[in-house]
Amino acid sequence: MSRQVSQRIAFILISLAAAMVVVPILLIVAIIVVQGIGAISWEFVSGFPRDGMKAGGILPAIVGTVLLTLGTAVIAVPLGVGAAIYLAEYAQANALTRAIRVAIINLAGIPSVVYGLFGLGLFVLFLNFGTSILAGSLTLGIMTLPIIISTAEEALRAVPQSFRVVSTSLGATRWQTIRRVVLPQALPGILTGVILGLERAAGETAPILFTVAAFFLPRLPSSIFDQTMALPYHLFVISTQVPGMPIRIQYGTALVLLVFVLSMNLIATLIRSHYRKRRQW
Amino acid sequence: MDLEPKIRIENTSIRYSDGVESLRGVTLDLYARQINVLFGPAGGGKSTLLRAINRLNDLVDVEERSGCILLDGQDIYAPDVDVIALRRRVGIVFARPVPLPMTIRQNLHYGPQLAGVRDRRRLDELAEHSLRQAALWEEVQDRLDEPAAALSGGQQQRLCLARTLTLEPEVILLDEPTSGLDPISTSKVEATLQELKRQYTVVIVPHSVQQAARVSDWAAFFLQGELIEHGPGSSIFTNPQDQRTEDYITGRFG
Repeated sequence: MSRQVSQRIAFILISLAAAMVVVPILLIVAIIVVQGIGAISWEFVSGFPRDGMKAGGILPAIVGTVLLTLGTAVIAVPLGVGAAIYLAEYAQANALTRAIRVAIINLAGIPSVVYGLFGLGLFVLFLNFGTSILAGSLTLGIMTLPIIISTAEEALRAVPQSFRVVSTSLGATRWQTIRRVVLPQALPGILTGVILGLERAAGETAPILFTVAAFFLPRLPSSIFDQTMALPYHLFVISTQVPGMPIRIQYGTALVLLVFVLSMNLIATLIRSHYRKRRQW
Repeated sequence: MDLEPKIRIENTSIRYSDGVESLRGVTLDLYARQINVLFGPAGGGKSTLLRAINRLNDLVDVEERSGCILLDGQDIYAPDVDVIALRRRVGIVFARPVPLPMTIRQNLHYGPQLAGVRDRRRLDELAEHSLRQAALWEEVQDRLDEPAAALSGGQQQRLCLARTLTLEPEVILLDEPTSGLDPISTSKVEATLQELKRQYTVVIVPHSVQQAARVSDWAAFFLQGELIEHGPGSSIFTNPQDQRTEDYITGRFG
């Protein structure tokens, strides 16, 4: 076989491998849109479930997922960005830093159902928050931390060291340098990581299973100590736990969840490309 | 000529943890209102010494430091020294111009704002005065609110010099400030130095022997971390005492 031919074959195989990435996402989106679009109506997104969830809307699940995403952000963003600033700007190469890094890697590797059990044990039972938005947000927040920490740290490290040296030479303290020069430059990258982390939290089922999610709750939560329905868990329930469920409603729910998550993804992409154009280094 | 030693470096040795560049037992006076040149081949410890004078070396891993550096008779490494205040008294300009990712005006306001100047008009005065000193005012006065990165390389370097001057320092350190500049920008910067020395202590690591000879009032020759020779520029470059200095100046090595 000549070199040209083997080169040609290798190129085709590699291109196919790359193209294969596109196929599943297109199929998933296409199937869900085709099957689910019929269920989408004003009543579906703004109404409460009726007839054993076989009719009506999914408003409580939508509101629950939005609340849980916000709750996750409130917990994970300050902790995660703070930890990233510590690791990127302050940490010395010592045993404590190594311990922190090992902890982050291991947090990222823990299965989400284990987070769920951990949340049940610590937040729901031991701290007595009950099955609540608070317990669910804390659980999702901890699960999201490693994603936010590693992307934020990467964004901070990408800011050129020369900016820090110059800022210091002009009489800035380390914190002033971080706040006035480093953070503004790293912000787009941090924001992208935050959104990707929250997107993951919004779609998770296992961590909320024991900590917050309600099987059926035909009203909206009124405090952070309330249970709530949530889209991923609701989807699980209506797909496996309720006999005779119209397939239209299952796919309609999946479509709403998909749109929610993919629009967060889109926002992250837009932020990134917007700031990349304006960047001066 | 009344010589006032502004900075006294006494038996100073510095070693980095990676052991790359070091200083060995350097003792040297740097004079006020003079252009003090530190020259010699790369790796001789000139930049290390420069960054020791405003303690920018604190940012990197210094394994070992001994001896002392006195600014107006005070040891700048003494435990009660306010490092931030020291850096405001001893400004530095680097080889590669690094405008902060902000507008020209914000670059010039940055230092004074950190030093507590709040009044907008005062900040603008400082900015204009410094830009005039750095011979950049005419070129940028109408575009102060444009990103500093939009300036040419030569303009950026003069902006960095102006930015250092906004703090009204007493000492200005320059680490090969013209290494990336064309001859016209270089001569502008060199002319500026002649103006600045009326008021400031100027310490410069030049980017060539020719520049060292052109600008120096006092010159110190460094080789592999050691100070070989120190004296008035007029005598060092015409009649060096040490064979190694002569070899370097005449281009036999380095």
